[in-house]
Amino acid sequence: MRFTLNGTTVSLDVVGTRRLLDVLREDLHLTGTKEGCGEGECGACSVLIDGEVVDSCLIAVGQVEGREVTTVEGLADGGRLTALQQAFIEYGAAQCGICTPGMLLAAHVLLEGSSRLTADEVREGLAGNLCRCTGYTKIIEAVLSCTT
Amino acid sequence: MHDVTYLRPTSLKDAVQLYRKTPGCRPLAGGTDLMVMLHAGTLRPEPRAILDLWSIPELKGVRRTQGLLEIGAAESYTGIIRAREAQEHVPALVAAARTIGAAQIQNRGTLGGNLANASPAGDTLPVLLAYDAVVVTDRRSIPIDQFFTGYRRTALQPDELIVAVRIPLGRRVLFRKVGTRAAQAISKVVVAVSRSPARVAIGSVAEVTIRARRAESALERHDIEGAIAAVAGDIRPIDDVRSTASYRAAVTQNVLRELLDASARS
Amino acid sequence: MGRSVPRREGAAKVTGAARYTDDIAVPGAWYGKTVRSTIPRGTLRSITLDPAFDWSRVVVVTADDIPGDNVVQLIRDDQPVLAPNGGEIRHKEEPVLLLAAADRATLEEAGSHIRIEYEPAEPVYEIAQATHVFSTVEITKGDGEAAERTADLVVEREFRVGLQEQLYIEPQGAIAMPWRESAAGSRDPGVTVIGSLQCPYYVHRALKRALQLTDEATVVIQAETGGGFGGKEEYPSIVAIHAALLARKAGRPVRLIYDRHEDLSATTKRHPGVIRHRTGVKQDGTLVFQDIEIVLDGGAYCTLTPVVLSRAAIHAAGPYSCPNVRIRARAVATNTPPNGAFRGFGAPQSLFAAELMVEHVAERLGVSGVDLRRKWMLRLGDTTATGQVLSESVGSELVLDVALKAAPHVGTSARRHVRRGRGLSLVFHGSGFTGSGEKKLQGTIGFEALADGTFRILTASTEIGQGTKTIFCQLAADALGVGLEKVVLAPQDTSLVPDSGPTVASRTAMIVGRLVQEAATEIRERLKREKPPLRVEKSYIQPDTIHWDETTYRGDAYPVYAWACTIVDVEVDMATGEVRVTDLVTAVDCGKALHPVMAAGQIEGGSLQAVGWATIEEIKMKDGGYQNDRLATYLIPTALDAPRIRTILVENPYSRGPFGAKGIGELPMDGPAPAIIAAIHNATGVWLDEIPATPEKVLAACASR
Repeated sequence: MRFTLNGTTVSLDVVGTRRLLDVLREDLHLTGTKEGCGEGECGACSVLIDGEVVDSCLIAVGQVEGREVTTVEGLADGGRLTALQQAFIEYGAAQCGICTPGMLLAAHVLLEGSSRLTADEVREGLAGNLCRCTGYTKIIEAVLSCTT
Repeated sequence: MHDVTYLRPTSLKDAVQLYRKTPGCRPLAGGTDLMVMLHAGTLRPEPRAILDLWSIPELKGVRRTQGLLEIGAAESYTGIIRAREAQEHVPALVAAARTIGAAQIQNRGTLGGNLANASPAGDTLPVLLAYDAVVVTDRRSIPIDQFFTGYRRTALQPDELIVAVRIPLGRRVLFRKVGTRAAQAISKVVVAVSRSPARVAIGSVAEVTIRARRAESALERHDIEGAIAAVAGDIRPIDDVRSTASYRAAVTQNVLRELLDASARS
Repeated sequence: MGRSVPRREGAAKVTGAARYTDDIAVPGAWYGKTVRSTIPRGTLRSITLDPAFDWSRVVVVTADDIPGDNVVQLIRDDQPVLAPNGGEIRHKEEPVLLLAAADRATLEEAGSHIRIEYEPAEPVYEIAQATHVFSTVEITKGDGEAAERTADLVVEREFRVGLQEQLYIEPQGAIAMPWRESAAGSRDPGVTVIGSLQCPYYVHRALKRALQLTDEATVVIQAETGGGFGGKEEYPSIVAIHAALLARKAGRPVRLIYDRHEDLSATTKRHPGVIRHRTGVKQDGTLVFQDIEIVLDGGAYCTLTPVVLSRAAIHAAGPYSCPNVRIRARAVATNTPPNGAFRGFGAPQSLFAAELMVEHVAERLGVSGVDLRRKWMLRLGDTTATGQVLSESVGSELVLDVALKAAPHVGTSARRHVRRGRGLSLVFHGSGFTGSGEKKLQGTIGFEALADGTFRILTASTEIGQGTKTIFCQLAADALGVGLEKVVLAPQDTSLVPDSGPTVASRTAMIVGRLVQEAATEIRERLKREKPPLRVEKSYIQPDTIHWDETTYRGDAYPVYAWACTIVDVEVDMATGEVRVTDLVTAVDCGKALHPVMAAGQIEGGSLQAVGWATIEEIKMKDGGYQNDRLATYLIPTALDAPRIRTILVENPYSRGPFGAKGIGELPMDGPAPAIIAAIHNATGVWLDEIPATPEKVLAACASR
């Protein structure tokens, strides 16, 4: 099967029902995508498929055939952090960091969808990503700082 | 799970054929429930093949046809939420879809999946009942009030695929889900109400999502207090990890009152 | 200092480059699995391996394979590494046997070919039925009995608090290698464990004891750690020993990574408990006596329970000055999985009761809770329940005033059925270890000036998200007068760094941070005369002004206290009993904010954990196990549930903290719960005595009113 991963085409010989999460972490060694619960509750394994945020633990890898997958490793452009990544550092939005990759992807989609967001819209957009360190306050501040 | 065959038809015709001829085949749409069970090895019977319906064009889309709104079985909740026709004609379904999980789940969850799972807590199911939706399969149309036959059981034949859901237009339905938190919650009680015709549909209070027939009869007589009292006889709530029978009973009545009040006010 | 510089490992965390335990690839590693008891209490009769299965593909470890003591080293020697054959099972999910295999499918298959037989015994679940006592604490001040006769009013109330899961988003995990890597890269006899953990030397000691290893042969390395909150204080010792036993028997590395279900089912929780208060006052509100009884449920094994109980007891009177206090506390054993460390460590439980008690007395007296707190609160020079005279940095009134000024106006809800309410709490939290803890521990750090002009901090204090890495480097750079980029922190690897004590008890920045500051200052002086490389070691020396008597519980329980006033606004849906905490304002006396953004981050995160504990985080028990054993059933607040949190850091320096800083990591766990219950009362007129205040409880309380 083939799909685009962070802008590059990959071809793999894998069982189609394996979880995208496992294929990313184990076969492709992209460990930025984390497993927090394995049942679509925590969002730590969030990735983008064709620009939409999904839990990669709920995706059969066969389902991304021909699609574009973006992981946290694909956000920074050649080592240059995005404004959102910089804001996460600056505002203290990453503490232990384990939810950060998924959170960044969910936030990235929100900002792609609209450059004007209210705090409530950010909360709704990030509600699928659990964080236990921050109380979400600094995450919301970081995302809002990237709006116009 | 490694010897499960993954099948990915590209048209509805192929999907229907594959499903009929492949033994032990289980349809997959967004995977929000199925993938959890597949990974944990808890699917019974154990599937020998997975039929991926996610990318079949005929199962996607929200369209208006002859006084009906038709929603593809594999259309995502996000697709429904964003569809102007859905916002205009079935706002209660849009509201229900917005309470499901959060962005990640809404991007993958589907009406076809919610129906086929037949969970008593399925968030869209009371709304579909209140709208008198029709489940369209590869061979027939099943009125939704005949669709659920028991705990996680449906009227579908073993090789029958859900293709779409059709919803009659022009009905006003109000909806409320009570979960434990504001997002990513499985409902404790979920209620959908239509005043005319009288429909009271409730999830998480019995082994299936139910139509509360006694409450509906009272409502037909415009007896609101009677409907609120009668609904206690329609439901069969239990104690479980998420809530208690007594809470579910009380909240069903309180929420029904709230929805009927709101319906009367507007 | 006081500047919010970027987090040291920030770039690694936002790019996905940071390596957590399960991200570390180890060639040739097998997968491990723990097989656990299915009964809550009984005797392990037999373990039978199905002869039809090919066991040559699998490594099996039982208690018989433990080379050292079958004990998880901590306070008491009661918890076995694995239940021995013929031995006692004391809780569901107790580890019985370990498996490892080259792939997960073989591992799962092997698991289904094992039969374990038990002889069940009658389990004890209820505190009231428990007979085994882990520990007791008694604190007496003045003469309560005599004072009782002079009280005009005595108010009695009983409170209950529930279990809570730490819910770090990265589950427990360790990778063990059956060797010790030498500096030259060769493999020497021994064991190396890389894991998700807070306290490398706890794990180090536990490994040595169970595997009969020397200091030298045992290496523990902390991987990037995805949250701890106390949950990775003691439990990682078990994971590490299990992984190491498997690796030794397999002769190859073994990965033992828990999934969420196993983590929720088997690992420690916050101690539930019952707290009874009797408070006597004069008609004018003067506090006459406090009589408090605390019972905590420790679960099946001791773990850190005596220390949790101690902190619970010392904080039980609340931040108030009372001439006559009697506190009797005990922790009992039940046949449930052991409870252990969790942010706050007993204080949230006892302060919950203490703060609500103020409200109940105020209500009976017909005065406001705020006025009563002003009358009662500990001020500079006052004496605590243990007889400690508060000699500096007492922020009680300061935080109360600041919080009251900052709290927004309460409006009414536009939604029908919804009522709004406000509640307040005032709490204090002892920074650092209790009593002589720091003196006994003598936490040590190393500090090096290297030949290339850079500096290196050697400490076992771990970064678990709270900012240790950044703050230590800031402290050192400041003391040295050099740029931040000149200072690095050595890896948390026991073969490189000394034992700085565990990363717990709000002690890291204040106690260990102070050592870093002192070491850096000393190096700076020496560099005026000497050339690098230089190295110093610094150990904590308890000031001789601190006196503590462990036997009588009299004296200076903590070097200093941090203070907080929290005001919450709630909306209660009267149709469903749902409670939404909309706003939370908290003023915190932190001494000095070393890194304001990170300090606020600690307060915000801790506050939301407390909101969860008070409202939706519920664990129901069934047959000695947790029913809420998945993230679909154990619910923590999402971004949509979290209140708007406003943190105000009040600086009120502590003379022996680095730049005046006090420990604040646990403090935010204490205040929100009682404030929320007070707010629910303010909204509905109903007093709840128990948390979590689930919609079920709120609705039932409102209905029975």
